[in-house]
Amino acid sequence: MSKRSPFLISCMAFGFAFLYVPLLLLMIYSFNDSKLVTVWGGFSTRWYGELFQDDQILGAARTSLVIAAMSATLSTILGTICGLVLARFGRFRGRTLFSGMITAPLVMPEVITGLSILLLFVALEQLIGWPEGRGMTTITIAHVTFTMAYVTIIIQSRLGQMDESIEEAAMDLGARPLKVFFLITLPIIAPALLSGWLLSFTLSLDDLVIASFTAGPSSTTLPMVVFSSVRLGVTPKINALATLLVSAAAFCIVIAAIIMRRAERERERAIAKAMAEQEQM
Amino acid sequence: MSTELDPLTGGATVSPAPGAAATVAEQTKADAPPPRPKHRLYRVLFRGPLALRGRGLVIAIPYLWLLLFFLTPFAIVLKISFAEFMVGVPPYTPLVEWVDDTYLKITLAFSGYKYLLEDSMYVNAYLGSLRIAATATVLCLLLGYPMAYGIARSSPSTRNVLLLLVVLPFWTSFLIRVYAWIGILKNNGLLNNALMGLGIINEPIEMLNTEFAIYIGIVYSYLPFMILPLYTTLEKLDGSLLEAAMDLGCRPWKAFLKVTLPLSMPGIVAGCMLVFIPSVGEFVIPDLLGGASTLMIGKVMWNEFFQNRDWPTASAVAIAMLILLVLPIVGFQRYQLVQEEKAREGSK
Repeated sequence: MSKRSPFLISCMAFGFAFLYVPLLLLMIYSFNDSKLVTVWGGFSTRWYGELFQDDQILGAARTSLVIAAMSATLSTILGTICGLVLARFGRFRGRTLFSGMITAPLVMPEVITGLSILLLFVALEQLIGWPEGRGMTTITIAHVTFTMAYVTIIIQSRLGQMDESIEEAAMDLGARPLKVFFLITLPIIAPALLSGWLLSFTLSLDDLVIASFTAGPSSTTLPMVVFSSVRLGVTPKINALATLLVSAAAFCIVIAAIIMRRAERERERAIAKAMAEQEQM
Repeated sequence: MSTELDPLTGGATVSPAPGAAATVAEQTKADAPPPRPKHRLYRVLFRGPLALRGRGLVIAIPYLWLLLFFLTPFAIVLKISFAEFMVGVPPYTPLVEWVDDTYLKITLAFSGYKYLLEDSMYVNAYLGSLRIAATATVLCLLLGYPMAYGIARSSPSTRNVLLLLVVLPFWTSFLIRVYAWIGILKNNGLLNNALMGLGIINEPIEMLNTEFAIYIGIVYSYLPFMILPLYTTLEKLDGSLLEAAMDLGCRPWKAFLKVTLPLSMPGIVAGCMLVFIPSVGEFVIPDLLGGASTLMIGKVMWNEFFQNRDWPTASAVAIAMLILLVLPIVGFQRYQLVQEEKAREGSK
């Protein structure tokens, strides 16, 4: 099974190099002393120093983090409900529309999502006076709407793998559906909840297009600042910022992967133990 | 009983865990004091029409959210695409208004759509987007397939590490990954410098602001979306089928074309759709890497909205893009549903 031809190996090597070399170069050149981004002028951390004195970038980073945390939390809650509905509720009237509205944002071009939700906010403001202007609230709502789909997919597939008989057993023993959900289902799918939250957090933190449409004058997010400065050319300060963002993401993902593997192993061990005990009886 | 449990493969794969857990559940059922009469009642309460009130409430929350924030906006885009540009807040003419408080006046303007058909820029941008997205999808498949195949054939522990490596770039900023290529591809960039340093070329090749740069950007950004669905189908593939083909005298290449490739079709379709549909409307990649000369429809719409402030035309462009994409999107969803059902039947 683990036989791989030289062709496959070289394809994989090329593919992974393609994925990682640009990021590595970006990181290396963030320590470049020269202002010319492509000429090496010696090692230096001065761009990091300048980065932390740039109030515009710092302010935008704070805005982005707050929006990402709020929208990730809300979209995890809503996405979990959606995943539960799709995985456990069987058929109901309007299910096709429901699952359609969940998968469509996954592939919908961002410019369309952004424009349409902005026009909704404008229309709502005319109609009922809410939301008043645009800002962090409108960005958060827009982000929840498009990240929810990702959480739903993760939760739905996790619930699909999970054995329903555990839930049924709890119900047979007299637990009410809500209690079963909070005591049995939720702890089992907790790792999926974590990855759903992290994914929507990242997607929100990363989004330029939808945020540009729904942002107001006072709510500039980090990608918007990065985009406007990148348009003017490559600057070492952005390289430094990129290095920090990439390392933070890599760190979180590796940690999350380790935690999840450990939880998975523990669960397997518990099942194996229960099986062994049963056999002894 | 113990043959069912295989702790080595239990984790990521689906198959053995339910069997094991079911026995645990059976055990608790057997130990429990008189559960039998309750059994039916609770099932009725949770699944039956009586429980519908609580159930309906649970469905209603996300349903209403999606209706309000995802579906209604499209109706509004459609409405505004029939308005006309006007200086003011909001910058378009009203469709429906009361004249003298007595009668309703409905004005439908088709100017937005007229632009689309008359100005060849829009038509070219649409065709260009489709062509660029299709080419990039094929390139993505050509690179992604061997990678997914190689990962699926690795040992389980390497497999997890490799998968993590595929997913990791997806978690880092999209904007920054596109930005990384600017420094590499530009005229005095790293690639040109390296090629000139090696003496392969004498003067820099224009790479940034070309279609080539857009292809690189799309393949680079969407590669994980191609690899993951491919990997999922390839991993489930029954190795003994290939062995059987080879035992019967099939050459490896032929076995691949006749067995592996057809069986991995679901992954190919899903991966291609996940790459093709969003890249048609891509804005960041053509804007940063493509320069002024390459037209893609997402960029045209962005400029219409942010530079010309022409909301009705931007809406018309969006509606036309939606019409163009609705077939692939619906087709993709149908396909996903069929695959899901197949998988469900297969596991039973």
